[in-house]
Amino acid sequence: MGAGIYHGLNPGMGWPLAVSAALMEKRRSALWGALAALALGHFLAMLAILLPFSILTTLVEWQSEIRITAGLLVIALGIYLLITRRHPRFLARVPPSRLALWSFLAAMAHGAGLMLVPIYLGICGQSGVDAGHGAAGMLMAGNAGTALLVAIVHTLAMALAGSVLAGLMYFWLGLKFLTKAWFNLDVVWALSLIVVGAIGVATAVI
Amino acid sequence: MNIKPDPTFHASAKLAMEAPVEKLAFTLMLSPDGTQPDGLAVVDVDPKSKTYGQIVHSLFMPNTGDEFHHFGWNACSSALSPLTGHAFLERRYLIIPGIRSSRIYIIDVKEPLKAKIHKIIEPEELMAKTGYSRPHTIHCGPEGIYVSTLGGGGKDGTDGPPGIFIMDCETFEILGRYEMDRGVQDKQYDFWWNLPRNYMVSSEWGLPPQFENGIVAEDLLSNKYGHSIHFWDLRARKNMQTIDLGENHQMALEIRPAHDPAKEYGFCGVVVDTTNLQGSIFTWWRDDDGTWQARKVITIDPVPADPDDLPPLLKGFSAVPPLVTDIDLSLDDKYLYVACWGLGEMHQYDVSDPMNPTLAGKVELGGIVANHKPPNGKDFAYGPQMVEVSRDGRRVYWTNSLYSTWDDQFYPGDEGGQMVMADVGENGGLTLNKDFYVDFPKGYRSHQIRLEGGDCSTDSFCYPNV
Repeated sequence: MGAGIYHGLNPGMGWPLAVSAALMEKRRSALWGALAALALGHFLAMLAILLPFSILTTLVEWQSEIRITAGLLVIALGIYLLITRRHPRFLARVPPSRLALWSFLAAMAHGAGLMLVPIYLGICGQSGVDAGHGAAGMLMAGNAGTALLVAIVHTLAMALAGSVLAGLMYFWLGLKFLTKAWFNLDVVWALSLIVVGAIGVATAVI
Repeated sequence: MNIKPDPTFHASAKLAMEAPVEKLAFTLMLSPDGTQPDGLAVVDVDPKSKTYGQIVHSLFMPNTGDEFHHFGWNACSSALSPLTGHAFLERRYLIIPGIRSSRIYIIDVKEPLKAKIHKIIEPEELMAKTGYSRPHTIHCGPEGIYVSTLGGGGKDGTDGPPGIFIMDCETFEILGRYEMDRGVQDKQYDFWWNLPRNYMVSSEWGLPPQFENGIVAEDLLSNKYGHSIHFWDLRARKNMQTIDLGENHQMALEIRPAHDPAKEYGFCGVVVDTTNLQGSIFTWWRDDDGTWQARKVITIDPVPADPDDLPPLLKGFSAVPPLVTDIDLSLDDKYLYVACWGLGEMHQYDVSDPMNPTLAGKVELGGIVANHKPPNGKDFAYGPQMVEVSRDGRRVYWTNSLYSTWDDQFYPGDEGGQMVMADVGENGGLTLNKDFYVDFPKGYRSHQIRLEGGDCSTDSFCYPNV
């Protein structure tokens, strides 16, 4: 949920686009429509990453290896983003009318989904112990359900945080707020990936 | 990379108008005969400064024969769209192409009085990576820096059509051609866009053999210069529609979309109508069904003249054509400035109703026959040409040279580079400022002006005015 709020507050994940859309169409309902599209794209990106991992979690005896690998993967992406600091150019080719697609691609490209994996595996790890003797199929269904739940909670938190900012800017603060509230989170973002990955690895080892 | 967006980036045109006013201007200097290197002049435009109206720094290039013309910034307010991912670029570098040499200079003006060359892209590299030559208009946008070109491949630039190419906005590497489907577009001049609405508009001058050695009268009279404007799906890089303004409307040059992206219209200036020598402005707009339209909304008549007072090119016509060579739109989308380079006039039109512009102000300066002098009695060669408007819309700057070989044809014997400024009245009206007059060094002419922190022909806004 914390990660969701964090993603939602980050202008790079799109809330200013909702403000722009509402202003362009001169009606406030466009604001919520655009936020919903952004949330949908983000949600799908979360699922696209979490679901494959939910299948992997059925391999209970490999649990710690999976968690370590996932953690290392997230750390690697963090380091990569820290070094390259470039945003993929294909994102700039998505037309502004296709916000859900853009949100999906932006979340994928920046590892927003991957950031959740160690958190998700941590949750599964706890429940995994209880379900240790259950059938693999049940475990998988359970973990897929958890993945869905994590993605929903995360996206709701993200959408809520983004909506609060977009709404504040649209209704009260005005466009000048945009340049005041926008901080370069590139480094923080990359470091967050590394920290989350490291915690994932550490909890798996301990 | 900044921690916060560059303070000169503004979400909307309205916010840009409220920003602090410019204190410096950057003006290009060109050596018309290529005997001296071209340069960038930094001009003090702060009335409170002791060096007001003076060139406070000049940077000259290490080559000759570039012929500087238009230029632009590496980054502007367009960076404030989250779609692009470059919100933290600095407005720091000027991209200056040589229209004759096809060489491109990247100039670091972080400290304007210590402006220095950051990178040079040689013509061979441009040609190898794009097949284009004669780079011209610069705009920063979604995929980086977009540069229009006037020539294709080969020595005379006629091997293949000219077009637009894209440069990386951080490394200044040339990434390649913009167009994926150019349709019928075979000439190129200016371009601009509406970023949230995802369209681009481009225009046409002529191919290099039609301008490099001077205007080709036979081509003009047989309507062989450009007379179409093209509408593109900006991000799909596809020509959606081409509007032919009519072949008599020769040289459809500057494209000026409304700065407020909620408005889906803009203007295009046409140099000369070959049936009557008029200059004209077209308004283009998008209909509800998505198709584009254009209509002539301003005409400026030629002025009869004694053939003895006219250059050889114009003697047969016994008239001075207005020659609408540059236009610029104030950030509030209210006033359109129209340079009549032949007449020696700068017009100010109220375009609040873009379909029914009205003349709101006028300054007379220079001119083929009129030859008006500035208030200080000094020279003003040629006529008002490249025009730039301050962000707040209160000051209008302009220089006088059109293009080296064309200056010599329309104003034989004239020489010099000057920059002047006019004040805009509270309710319109245009008055030449008596205190601001820049005379460029001997042997130099002057072309485009860029104002510190952005101006009315650089920044593209991603959010509407509210």
